[in-house]
Amino acid sequence: MMRLERRTHVPLHLVAIAPLAAIFIALLLAAGLIAAAGVSPLTAYGEMLNGAFGSRLSIAEMLTRATPLIFTGLAAAVAFRARLWNIGGEGQFFVGALITAWIGHSLGVPGWIGIPILMLAGMAAGAALLAGPAFLRLRFGVDEVVTTLLLNFIVILFVGLMIEGPMRDPLAFGWPSSVPVDGEYHLPDLIPRTRLHIGLLVAIAAAGAVWLILARTVFGAETRAAGLNASAAAFAGVSLPQTIMGVALLSGALAGLAGSVEVMGVTAGVTTTMSPGFGYAGIVVAMLAALHPAGVVAAAVFVATVFVGADAMSRATGVPSFIADVIVALCLLTMIVALLFTTYRMRR
Amino acid sequence: MSDAIDLLLNTSLWASVLRIATPLIFGVLGALLCERSGVLNLGIEGIMTMGAMSGWLVVYMGAPLLVGLIFAALCGAMMGLLHAILTVPLGLSQHVSGLGITLFASALAYYLYRLLVEVGDLPPTIEAFKPLDIPVLSDIPVLGPILFSQALPTYLALTAVAVMAYVLARTPLGLAIRMTGENPHAVEAQGLNPIRIRIGAVVVGSALMAVGGAFLTTTAFNSFFPGMVQGRGWICIALVVFASWRPGKALIGALLFAFFDAYQLRLQTAVEGVPYQLFLMAPYVLSIVALVLVARRAEVPAALMAPYRRGER
Repeated sequence: MMRLERRTHVPLHLVAIAPLAAIFIALLLAAGLIAAAGVSPLTAYGEMLNGAFGSRLSIAEMLTRATPLIFTGLAAAVAFRARLWNIGGEGQFFVGALITAWIGHSLGVPGWIGIPILMLAGMAAGAALLAGPAFLRLRFGVDEVVTTLLLNFIVILFVGLMIEGPMRDPLAFGWPSSVPVDGEYHLPDLIPRTRLHIGLLVAIAAAGAVWLILARTVFGAETRAAGLNASAAAFAGVSLPQTIMGVALLSGALAGLAGSVEVMGVTAGVTTTMSPGFGYAGIVVAMLAALHPAGVVAAAVFVATVFVGADAMSRATGVPSFIADVIVALCLLTMIVALLFTTYRMRR
Repeated sequence: MSDAIDLLLNTSLWASVLRIATPLIFGVLGALLCERSGVLNLGIEGIMTMGAMSGWLVVYMGAPLLVGLIFAALCGAMMGLLHAILTVPLGLSQHVSGLGITLFASALAYYLYRLLVEVGDLPPTIEAFKPLDIPVLSDIPVLGPILFSQALPTYLALTAVAVMAYVLARTPLGLAIRMTGENPHAVEAQGLNPIRIRIGAVVVGSALMAVGGAFLTTTAFNSFFPGMVQGRGWICIALVVFASWRPGKALIGALLFAFFDAYQLRLQTAVEGVPYQLFLMAPYVLSIVALVLVARRAEVPAALMAPYRRGER
């Protein structure tokens, strides 16, 4: 009978290969579904690549989509490292977006000071939203998976309430939208005449900052210790409640920042449809990155490629664009199996 | 205000409680079975979505309604098998695998629906389950329409509660399942295979979840649309904790929950000047409150979320 045996050391090249193998197998499995739609998988994947990389505009569009994914991916990676299961990235994204539009509509200070203020406000809102479930876990032992998931639904309803009520934009046509942020606070374009904005650089800087925090600070070491073996960490003098709360604030702030930057960089106003699941996709990004901040940037680009590419492919071939969600979900499943084989091996 | 109280005396409110509770009863029983064997199944939200789509689809293609429920159960079982393989023999994180199953099952359901069904301006519909009046009993004033004039899946759900309670509490199989959730090493020492027991529990539990999803498209509504499960799966996960992993209490929890849901739906139209979103939030807020209330004295299965590998502690 086959059994799993723990490796004595984890070979680095396996960790590097794992995400590539996972993506390859996921694409192979999804090819069956594309073929079922009567389209050659090779044609479809070709169209996807073309849709994400075929022109200056499509690359800009793909990177625009990757920007919030870097933030939400970092949010999930930071939390999962400490085994804090923050599945509330979607809700934290929306509170960050909402507070940015709320304050940014009539802040009345110049952009160079207003933009950082609004980013901090978005971070504070996201952090506050995750502080609740973290507190409930530490104080009452309530599983944060369920509370963060349920909060996503509550927040979306709250967003709907605000944009149909107190924050409604009287000038918006069709779907309800919140009042927009003042033009002073629109993030400058990174590539002229595209939607790509300097938020991408902020996201990359955030990945660098998170990497520094995790690798070079006491808090980072405590985070890792709490995730690897909570009781041993506590024995070694790590204050678990403090560490978990710190992780929650950092993770929530990153997801809140995603919403804030998306409003200032892309949408200006808040709508309930402004996120095609950035919070949930962030979990996949984090896992594909093996929870490493640098990997998050690469994984976010991959996931954005799938989403933007699938839209173009769907228009060209008629394969339903939900294939993007299927591919991304498959990647998550194949990645956790691939990661297993970096730490275990099959033995007869 | 008197309107709000009048609503409570309305039989149609009480009749809708059982109807709203039905998918929750299936879902919570399924989640409970998985967790009693030691496996958290966060795939529930996606499995319910898959059940809702697949059950509806075969009926749309001409199969009888009952076949729809069975097909949904099969599709749910397949998703459950995937979760079981990842978490039991491979021992992967039950949190991450479950979320992966939810993302995968919902995405696959939406993809296949778009692929196989021609959607015009309105989603296509089927002939759904009709209320089944039980002779004599349904004529009892007040209680008759509330209890004995429900659709077939609702009666199935109530039967499932009784079967689950009996099997878990009174049969050797139930004992083996409960023991696997408490101490798989002791099960192994008894000559039983904890891995097989866990896989079986997750597969059957997932089938139940999918039937709960299928109730939405074959009884509560008569069509499928994306996002229709609306967090019911997550609410079931909260209800399992609220019910201390006991089928009887799970039924009470689901009914209580459904009552509040039915009541807020009616309050929305009766009370003016309050944004409807506040009422819609109530079920989710209530779930969190319920979790906080019971968390301190929750009797969690001791080996829940602890992967079992032979010879590894």
